[in-house]
Order: sequence, then C-alpha cells, then structure tokens
Amino acid sequence: MRFALLLLASSPAFPQLPYDRILHSDREPGNWLTYSGNYQGHHYSPLGQINRTNIQRLKPAWIYQARGREHFETMPLVFDGVMYITDPPSDVTALDLRTGRPIWHYRRPIPEGIAVCCGQVNRGVAALDDQIFVATIDAHVVALDAKTGRVRWDVEVGNHKQALTLTAAPLAINGKIIVGMGGAEYGVRGFLDAYDVKTGQRAWRFWAAPGPGEAGNETWSGDSWKQGGASTWTTGSYDPELNLIYWGTGNPGPGYDGQVRLGDNLYSDSVIALDATTGRLKWHYQFVPHDVNDMDATQVPVLIDDMWKGKPRKLMLFANRNGFYYVLDRTTGEFLQATQFARQNWAKGIDAKGRPIPTLQTEANSTGVLVYPDDDGTSNWFSPSYSPRTKMFYQNVREKGGYYYKADTKFKPGQMYLGATKRDVPNEEPYGALRALNALTGKQAWEFRMQSPPWCGVLATAGDVVFSGTMEGDFVGLDGWTGKVLWRFQTGGEIWANPISYRSEGKQYVAVAAGNSMMVFGLD
Amino acid sequence: MHSALLALLMAAQSPSGEAIFTSQCAICHGQRGEGGRGPALTRAKLRHAPDDAALQRVVRRGIPGTGMPGTWLSEAELVAVAAHVRSLGRAVAAAPVPGDRARGEAIYLGKGGCAQCHTVKGRGGSFGPDLTGIGARRSAEHLRQSIVDPAADVSPRFTLLHAVIAAGGRTVTGARVNEDSFSVQIRDAGGVVHSFWKTELRQLRKEPGKTTMPSFGGALSASELDDLVAYVAGLEDEQ
Repeated sequence: MRFALLLLASSPAFPQLPYDRILHSDREPGNWLTYSGNYQGHHYSPLGQINRTNIQRLKPAWIYQARGREHFETMPLVFDGVMYITDPPSDVTALDLRTGRPIWHYRRPIPEGIAVCCGQVNRGVAALDDQIFVATIDAHVVALDAKTGRVRWDVEVGNHKQALTLTAAPLAINGKIIVGMGGAEYGVRGFLDAYDVKTGQRAWRFWAAPGPGEAGNETWSGDSWKQGGASTWTTGSYDPELNLIYWGTGNPGPGYDGQVRLGDNLYSDSVIALDATTGRLKWHYQFVPHDVNDMDATQVPVLIDDMWKGKPRKLMLFANRNGFYYVLDRTTGEFLQATQFARQNWAKGIDAKGRPIPTLQTEANSTGVLVYPDDDGTSNWFSPSYSPRTKMFYQNVREKGGYYYKADTKFKPGQMYLGATKRDVPNEEPYGALRALNALTGKQAWEFRMQSPPWCGVLATAGDVVFSGTMEGDFVGLDGWTGKVLWRFQTGGEIWANPISYRSEGKQYVAVAAGNSMMVFGLD
Repeated sequence: MHSALLALLMAAQSPSGEAIFTSQCAICHGQRGEGGRGPALTRAKLRHAPDDAALQRVVRRGIPGTGMPGTWLSEAELVAVAAHVRSLGRAVAAAPVPGDRARGEAIYLGKGGCAQCHTVKGRGGSFGPDLTGIGARRSAEHLRQSIVDPAADVSPRFTLLHAVIAAGGRTVTGARVNEDSFSVQIRDAGGVVHSFWKTELRQLRKEPGKTTMPSFGGALSASELDDLVAYVAGLEDEQ
C-alpha cells in the first residue's frame, strides 16, 4: 500500500506547474521550481533535514552521466518526482528522482561552426504549466511537453550565424517566458525577450543597447550602439508585487576599446528593471559606465525586504563582477550602498550617487595594463545564496588579475570583436574563496579559501549548511555561521554549476553537476 | 569627435605583426624569435605549425598542455603575426651552438650527474623535468641559463614545497605534483610521491621561483659548459 502511494506521489505522469505554484514556491520547499529556487533570486533551500550535526552522513545516492563534452553548467529543476536538466550543448533530459534513470531525452542537433566565446554550454530549463523550456546555442527557444519531451513549439530568437547564442535558463512568469542572450564578444546588439507560453509568439523585446529615438542612445558615439553588446546571458529575478523583472546586462562591445564607443554606453554593465507585461524600462542602474575591462553585470540580482536605516524597504543585493557589493532600492533603483568584497584596481571607490571613481588608466595599451579582476570577474554567472536565517549573502569569489594589450577593432559579423588580448600575470598563483557577507552591511563574516578561482555557485540551506565546489572537484558543506568545513566529497571533475536541494520520498537531497556527472547526495 | 576620428584612422591601418610579436610573443620567444622559455621560431619548419593555417590556429588557440596560451587577436592580426613569425624563419639562421655534443653527453651522464634527476628518452630520474625533446622547446641560451642559474626561470609545475608534518615535525621537501583546497601531493628528490591532507601539516611553505637544482656554473669549465649545452640543445626528438 505504501509502495503504491509513493508511486502515485512521485509519478511523472501528470506534471502540472501553474504559475501560482512558482509564485508560492515557499509553500513547497521540497521542490526547486525556478532557476534560483524562488523569484527573488535567493538560491536558498528551506529544507533543514541535512544539518550541521548529521552532514557527516551525506553519501552519493545516484549519478547521471551526461554525454556532452562541454562544461556541465546545468541548474536542475525538480518537481513532482522528476528532475529536469540540460546536457550541453542544448539537450534536455528528464530524470526519475527515485532512481536517477532517464524518462525522456530531447536531443537538439546543432549546426557546425557556431561562434561562442565561452563554450557550447547551457545552464538549465524553465518550467510552466505542462511545458519545459530551453534556450538553445543556435538561438532558438523550444517548448517541450513535460511528460514526453516532444516539441510543442520552436521559435528563432535571432541569427546564430552572427554569433547570437543562448546559454541561460529562461525565466517563466505568468504566461510568459523571459529569454536572455549572449554575443557581446562578437559585437551582437543585446536584448531581453518575452515569449507567450502557449504560442511562442514574441510578446516584447527590450534593446539593451538602444537605437535612435530610444532613451540611452545618446550615450553611444555615432553608430556604435549597433555593435553595442550589453547581452543578457544570466537568468534574472522577478518581483511579482511590483511586476518588475530584474536582469543584469553584460559588457559593451567591443569590450576593451572605449575609443570606438564614447559615452556611458547604456544599458551595458547595468541592472535593468522592466515592466513584465510590456517590457518597458522602469529604471536602470549602471555599475560601470563606459566599461573597458569586460565588467559584465551578469550576476543574479537578489531581492530581500528588510529594514534599511530604520524603515522597511524593498532591497536588491548585487555582488558585482567588478569587486563591489551593492545594495539598491528595487522600487526606484536608488543607489544605497557599495562595499568592496574582492581585490580590484579599476575604481578608487563609488561616490554617494553610485557612480564609480575610476583609477587613471585601465584601458588596454600596447605594453600591457594590469587589471584586477581579470575578464572572468570576481563574481560571474555562478549564483550567490542568501539565507534568511543567517541574513548572510554567500558569494564565491575569484582573485585573479590579467594584463591587457590593445588589439585592432574591426567589426565583422560572426568574428570576435574585443579590442584587446590578454596574458595571465606571471608567477601569480590566483586563488578563490567563498565569502560570507553581512547582507545589509556587506561586511565579511568569514571566508573559506579555495586553491583556484571557482566556477561553482553557492547553496545555503535551512540546516545552516552552505554547499559549494572547487575546480579541483571538491564538493563541500560548510557551517553557514562560521565557514568551518563540515563535509567534503571528491567528485573527480571540475565543478561548473550551481548546487540545489530538494526532497524526495521524505528525504532531503543535494544535487550538483561535476565533471560530466549530475551527482545527488543524501543521508545514509 | 577628434579622438573617434583618430581611432577610425588607426583601425583602417593594417595591424603590424612585428608590433604584436614584440609586445606579446617576445617575452617567451625572444625579440627576434631566437627563443627563450618558448622555442626558437627562427626555423623554416615549426613543429606545431606545418602551414599558415596551422600557425594561425596555434596563435589563436594556444597549445594545450604547454605554456603557449591562446589569444583573442582578430583575423587580420592573426594573419599579420603569423606572417611575421614566418619571416623569422627566413631570417639568418640562429647562431650555431658551440661545443661538442658527444663530450656533452659524457658530462651529462658522468660529472654533471644530470641523469639522477632528469629523464631523456625514458631513462634517468623523475625529480626534475623530462628533457626529452627539450632542444625543440627551449633555446640554447635559455638552457645555458638553466644550468648556470636554475632559479632564473622555474616552471610552476615544479613549484618547490616544504611540508612540515604536524605529528613529529618532519619536513618533506619536493616539487608540487598536485594541490587542491584540502590536500597536496609532493615528489621528493628520490622520486617518491608523498600525499598529505593539509590538516596533517603544521606548515606548507611554497617557494615559487625556487628550485633544488644546484648551479653548475662553478662546477664546469667554460668548454665543458659549452659541450653540455650543445648536448642538451641537440635533444630535439620527442621520442
């Protein structure tokens, strides 16, 4: 009898994920329904079964081996007994939670010769109603039947032959799928799209490098906006009450030559707040005006409601790639505070209005300019985590610099458009750290040092355990209050992904992609 | 406006392969491609670049597993820098290495004691770098420097470590085989690999740029040094 009930409870037969379930994801802590676990971008699990006392008993439960050869960067979604992941380049697999065995596999054939700066990778799916959505490396959005993996609709977002590529997990909101894109390294003009969930028809497009007649176009000299970049390749957050989508934007194009694009270059290196219904810009905040060091603001905006100087306020926390941790008012976009959380040499500080005070010269030249952080940033696409229990913001940090040499800047569609080339710093051993910051003050509470700069996100849980991984393959569980190492497991592969947690048949599990494996851990 | 116009004019010029080479390649390959930490390019045939397309690919992507990094140069820059590298091969051949290879080999195996730590074609010690084919990867001048002043350029793959074991206080010294956030593996002078959890160590001291290899500058006469350099620089075959 119990067996039959379990089968029913975990049956993958009728997946139904109405918007209301994602909206109230806090009511079902055992599932992971959207990219960051909730719309607020917390990347936090309210499950506490695995805790600081019993974590020593954490063991592998099952492993799924992906077939792709690229980095396995997927963030799994979990609900109704099924885990949905993407296999690089743009395949989707549904896995049975009990056994780790595949239920269906959507294989996307990819044309030869797609130009993509940083690998034919994919960071996961979105789910809504009875469909699973994937954004593909050849610049399509595809809706799949959640039960079978069969294609419901498939629309072209843009021309992959001009190096427009999609790697981010889409964001599903009420009736719409929000899709970000990449390609600034090739002079692609950035945008953010919304598609109708049923038909695949485009609902709106916001140009992140605005054209003539659009606000912000005056911040680009000449026609430079046409190759202006500001791509949108990391999944953003959503405030349902304000009906605002928050999304980080990437570097302007060309990334390292500011002479061909004089001006602030809006809305590159910004966080944009868009009306979810119309796609209209409500506000923006630009972290790095006229960036010449590839300071992509493609991090996850984290939304919290807390007291700020004695008054309750809707806040946004943003650990930017440029080495500063920001607090903004997310209703108005007002700059409230910035604190440095990693080594940087491009700014002397951030002024009272939120504009950086640049150091003299960080633009590439013929003899080489040393810049901290390097073009991979102090943070990047990998997710931070916010714990409402510790009120700490957990961020993996890369401590690494680079020398930048000027190179020519000629735009040719489908070819790299950068304006510099790079060398590592000789005899420097770069390193990484997981840093716990007081979410409101930005003050560091503790750090866990890593041998190399990481590419793994962070997951905090209600068990006050913080999970993350290293480039040498260690998957670790730390004490969320002190940073003490409580548990570790050598996975044997580089960890380029965000861990998540879920509950299946009453037990909490932690999952992370490592090497080519999706690894799932549970208490023995 | 003025500077935008200037930038346009600059972009219209074709890139100078020599300027790119001097600023970004010469640090390893020498100002005139005579070699250094990287191989000499003053040769008609390049091992990894039999034709121009391959040469451009090497410059673009680097050579995995070696010190040769990739670059973000544009097509035009790749063409220009590759053409410059080819022109180095047509320039006057590198000065011949003085010294006698056969006498050098005798010094390598005998008085120098080099084979205690270095391997050539599968024979010799494992503590130091494998010298099989080293003549194709390093210039004779760089090899001479490594013999006289070994600390002048030490590969990060041979970072010298001193691990002080907490229990008993014994120190293990050697080259780093591998290191992660929790553990380290060290190869000692006898070729033995030691593996430690970092919690087992009282101290882990790193000496990047240091080496246990002694200088042979004083131990060898000038002509013996020439002979030894001639022998090592002549080790061009990979097998």
